[in-house]
Amino acid sequence: MTAEIIVVTSGKGGVGKTTTSASLATGLAIAGKKVAVIDFDVGLRNLDLIMGCERRVVYDFINVVQGEATLKQALIKDKRHDNLYVLAASQTRDKDALTQEGVEKVLDGLSEEGFDYVVCDSPAGIEKGAHLAMYFADHAVVVVNPEVSSVRDSDRILGLLSSKTRRAERGEGAITQHLLLTRYNPARVEAGEMLSVKDVEDILGISVVGVIPESENVLAASNSGVPVILDANSLAGQAYSDTVARVLGEDRPLRFIDAPKKGFFQRVFGG
Amino acid sequence: MGILDFLKRKPEPTATVAKERLRIIVAQERSTRGAPDYLPMMRNELLEVIKKYVHVDLDAININFERDSGHEVLELSVALPDGKASATPAT
Repeated sequence: MTAEIIVVTSGKGGVGKTTTSASLATGLAIAGKKVAVIDFDVGLRNLDLIMGCERRVVYDFINVVQGEATLKQALIKDKRHDNLYVLAASQTRDKDALTQEGVEKVLDGLSEEGFDYVVCDSPAGIEKGAHLAMYFADHAVVVVNPEVSSVRDSDRILGLLSSKTRRAERGEGAITQHLLLTRYNPARVEAGEMLSVKDVEDILGISVVGVIPESENVLAASNSGVPVILDANSLAGQAYSDTVARVLGEDRPLRFIDAPKKGFFQRVFGG
Repeated sequence: MGILDFLKRKPEPTATVAKERLRIIVAQERSTRGAPDYLPMMRNELLEVIKKYVHVDLDAININFERDSGHEVLELSVALPDGKASATPAT
């Protein structure tokens, strides 16, 4: 059995890749899948913090690639879900320590261990780390903000996904591309200050798999090392749950894409 | 806020401006995607050569790179200016 490999990528930094990787992996684990989430950002490890396991990192991804630790030793079991594991990036090594053969070996190892999904958290940019994170993927989640530089970078990434992956090179059919719009502010969209879901879909020629509203809860979640999907009261958490369900093939309507209607008094007196 | 403010023409929403700018740049970048790196330089050199004979500007030269199954096509088109082109080659 081979694990399904999902890359979470964007090109631009700071759009929510790690937040998305953490919530996607957690959501898939909640759905009963055996999941590993790998941080590909060698030298700038951060997924461990977002997952809340930063003090339990002993061995990392590079240690496994270099044969200094076994996969079992390096996988950090999530404290909330038994079927969820984190593989941290190396904080000290050079990014050249990551090789295509090394990554393939780790991914094959995870398949042998019976993992259903491997979520690859890509570094920003389009260089080696980002390339290796996407190379073996079966599915891609492209995280985009409703903002010009992010949208342009996403188009570039979508192009790379359809040409620079193993599937593309072997002619095994295109990888599934999911567009995830994050930091969405419906009120600003209505005011004409922000690109809408439809605008982004029109420009990129691909429909969204989810829309995550801009939310204070995302920062609160990362502050406490709990993936925001576990905050069921937050709109962002609920939107991530919907997104995971859609990735798994469920049909769910988009929520939280309209601004809350202002009441009569609010309209008259402002606020 | 003045009482006549609502009569002024509203500026175009910035989201509309953003969409239009992105539409253009994304289309342009897609058209050169996967094309060889030397294309922009070749375009400039071709322009220099053509300029020796005809007065054209950069916009008049259009280079298209297409990849069909198995073969690649480099298409070059030059829009010549109206009227008689200068027929005296520079020495």
